[in-house]
Amino acid sequence: MADAPKIPDEAETRARWGAFAWTPENQAKADEILARYPKGREQSASIPFLDLAQRQVGAETQTQGWLPVPVIEYVARQIGVPYMRVFEVATFYTMFNLAPVGKYHVQVCGTTPCLLGGSDDVLAACKNKGLSKGHTTPDGLFTLTEVECLGACANAPMVQINDDNFEDLDYDKTTALLEALAEGRAVTPGSQTGRRDSCPAGGPTSLKQMVDENHDYRGEWAS
Amino acid sequence: MPIVKVDGVEVEVPQGATVLQACELAGKEIPRFCYHERLSIAGNCRMCLVEVKPGPPKPQASCALPAADKQEIFTNSPMVKNAREGVMEFLLINHPLDCPICDQGGECDLQDQSLAYGRGHSRYDENKRAVTEKYMGPIVKTVMTRCIQCTRCIRFAEEVAGVEEIGAVYRGENMQITSYLEHAVTSELSGNVVDLCPVGALTSKPYAFEARPWELRKTLTIDVMDAVGTNIRLDSRGRQVLRALPVINDDVNEEWASDKTRHAVDGLVRRRLDRPYVRKDGKLVAASWDEAFAAIKAVDAGSSVAAIHGDLVDCETLYAAKALLASMGSSLLEGRQTGMDYDTSSLAAVNFNTTIAGTETADAILLVGTNLRWEAPLVNTRIRKAIKKGAKVFAIGPEVDLTYRATWLGNDLSLLGKLPEEVAQAFDSAKRPMVIVGGAALKGGHGATLALAKTLNLVRDGWNGYNVLHAAAARNGGLMLGFAQKGGIADVAAANPKLAFFLGADEVDFSKFAGSFKVYIGHHGDKGAAAADVVLPGASYAEKSGTYVNLEGRVQRGDRAVFPPGDAREDWTILRALSAVLGHTLPFDTLDELRAAMGVDTPDLATLGLKTFAWNPPSLDAAGSGEVSYPIKDFYLTNAICRASPTMQRCSAEILHGQDFAEAAE
Repeated sequence: MADAPKIPDEAETRARWGAFAWTPENQAKADEILARYPKGREQSASIPFLDLAQRQVGAETQTQGWLPVPVIEYVARQIGVPYMRVFEVATFYTMFNLAPVGKYHVQVCGTTPCLLGGSDDVLAACKNKGLSKGHTTPDGLFTLTEVECLGACANAPMVQINDDNFEDLDYDKTTALLEALAEGRAVTPGSQTGRRDSCPAGGPTSLKQMVDENHDYRGEWAS
Repeated sequence: MPIVKVDGVEVEVPQGATVLQACELAGKEIPRFCYHERLSIAGNCRMCLVEVKPGPPKPQASCALPAADKQEIFTNSPMVKNAREGVMEFLLINHPLDCPICDQGGECDLQDQSLAYGRGHSRYDENKRAVTEKYMGPIVKTVMTRCIQCTRCIRFAEEVAGVEEIGAVYRGENMQITSYLEHAVTSELSGNVVDLCPVGALTSKPYAFEARPWELRKTLTIDVMDAVGTNIRLDSRGRQVLRALPVINDDVNEEWASDKTRHAVDGLVRRRLDRPYVRKDGKLVAASWDEAFAAIKAVDAGSSVAAIHGDLVDCETLYAAKALLASMGSSLLEGRQTGMDYDTSSLAAVNFNTTIAGTETADAILLVGTNLRWEAPLVNTRIRKAIKKGAKVFAIGPEVDLTYRATWLGNDLSLLGKLPEEVAQAFDSAKRPMVIVGGAALKGGHGATLALAKTLNLVRDGWNGYNVLHAAAARNGGLMLGFAQKGGIADVAAANPKLAFFLGADEVDFSKFAGSFKVYIGHHGDKGAAAADVVLPGASYAEKSGTYVNLEGRVQRGDRAVFPPGDAREDWTILRALSAVLGHTLPFDTLDELRAAMGVDTPDLATLGLKTFAWNPPSLDAAGSGEVSYPIKDFYLTNAICRASPTMQRCSAEILHGQDFAEAAE
């Protein structure tokens, strides 16, 4: 329970976000999203709308974005669904932030494969850079969250920062990554050891001839 | 129809039945928490696991599994026993062991089922989860640590009450049931979630720490807060009614009750009239029964006497008054206190002919001048059911939130003569069309709606779609006993009776009776008592055995739960005693004799059950005109009992008038 976000004061967020509405570009996107679902099934647009709204809030606040209650209610009105039903969705998914976050939302995976791969070092690096779990750094740059499996186990340990995954980390690489982000330098998402996607680390151990071109192994099968 | 074997016994079950229902048909008890026969199936508590062959070799949730032909079901195999014990152990992991301080104790599903199906001990020695309390309004008290997430309350709010304000937020172990942003739930049926909750997470706030269920005396009776005639059970201890709970009656209230039915009972011990009063020098002074009777005798009214009844009166009182007036030579009887004067020559034309249960099967519904949600919440839930089956609903009147989507045609009764094309089309193709006329629309729209009954062909073989919705519990009984003048209460006032009896009538414009000697026979010191010359303390619905006729013409009888306070007496005995003083002794000495006489006078009241009235509507002016204004301005404060109830006052202040009590709670 301790990790449940503290929903910010209602009166304040209502004053700040009560007038939330789509920007013209997002309006076009929203129309396109809504058109994907048949009439009477507008509720299906809950998640894409919440995502769009969070991004718009992010753009307005120069952060990753979050979902103030009035924004959730705006989304509910857009799709004609009771507030509670959209609120339930927003609280269920961890990619929706219910409290303000920093410019970079650092989500460190701590589930078993990442833990075995060294996610403790990643967290230590974050901690030494001044990040602490569930909090935003005073400069408003980083918010640290420990999350469960993000589905990149072959490249453990990993973090997700905003929309990008950074994989094959260790203490030094994480520190370098955070420094680069803090200084505004360009960073490369994906594996930080240079391997492609989730190819085997250290090169393939089987099907080696398939690396560069297609190869027919069938003739080599023992009959 | 599928034939299944339950523990070796063959039973035939209806098509579409679940395995759980099949087991119940075979007489086997299946423990359950999330499954409820009147709600949708969730299948998330896993308590109803049984072994089913053919099927995967693991226990299956019987509530969500359709019964199929030649299925073999085992409810007492070792696998099932183990599975139940396992589920129960998991449920109890985070459930606090605070039964001694829990209001649900003694009537708790979790308690009972852990006794019957659980292990004797727990193997869990980690910390338990704790959840903060949620605010849900003045009726529902929450202790959310006890919640086992069965989601019955969520499904009730969404499906029956139609108020989607309760939900489950967060997920996994952190899942919590809450009302939206912890605001009060704005439903007039919210109290039902207390009954639905299988544990002590949602309990009744006004009843908190009042009593244990085994201390209470349980009396079956009929509710009088609206004209639905909700079957209730009054739980009393000593001389006080502590709570009212609905009793299952599928024809009337299913198993629901409105918040007013449940929680107005704390008004029964407040502002009560417990001794007679006589007005002396303009002030009401406490008196003895003899003095009060002498004051009435001194009026020497002869035959110039009238009786006007209120909304909560039983038929026995009405009949005793009618008999007294008849023996004095008068028939000035009226019950429509607020001045309504609709035609009562045919009871079918002022009755809810479709019946409450029949409403569910309607496929086109037109509401004329009725705020159903307040006038009869439990009829409103039936309309929600009809809509689920595809019914179209149109409404004439000021727009209100009925918890479902109705097409509002406007607030003008002349619309009845020229219904829009879409309404005509819907009614043309309807097999079971239905019109519900509210009391407010009877003035300008009685004739017009009766004309509609003809043009829309509402009355057909086996179906009568013409309905008038009364809001007063005494109305239909009063009309059957003849408490109606042609011109309504204005006729009574015009006759200027020397002596006027007001039987629990509080909504009358008493200035019209300035020339009459006013005798108030009732139970609460409300407007009626304040205007009276003599006040005779009577019994409330909880304190007498009474017969009530609900809005569909169902004659129902309730028992006495407690005795009236102080010198107060049952109303019919007051009239009987007074009749002797006035020299017109009534011919009955016991309630049974009274009922026998009433059965002779009005044969429909001789037996219980649904009465149907022959369809012979009067011919009235078919032109509808005028606007409607709903008679109920405040759902929670409609009669003397609710007005005396602190719970109802708080509901009114908080839910209807937006006063904020959230901080003051506990």
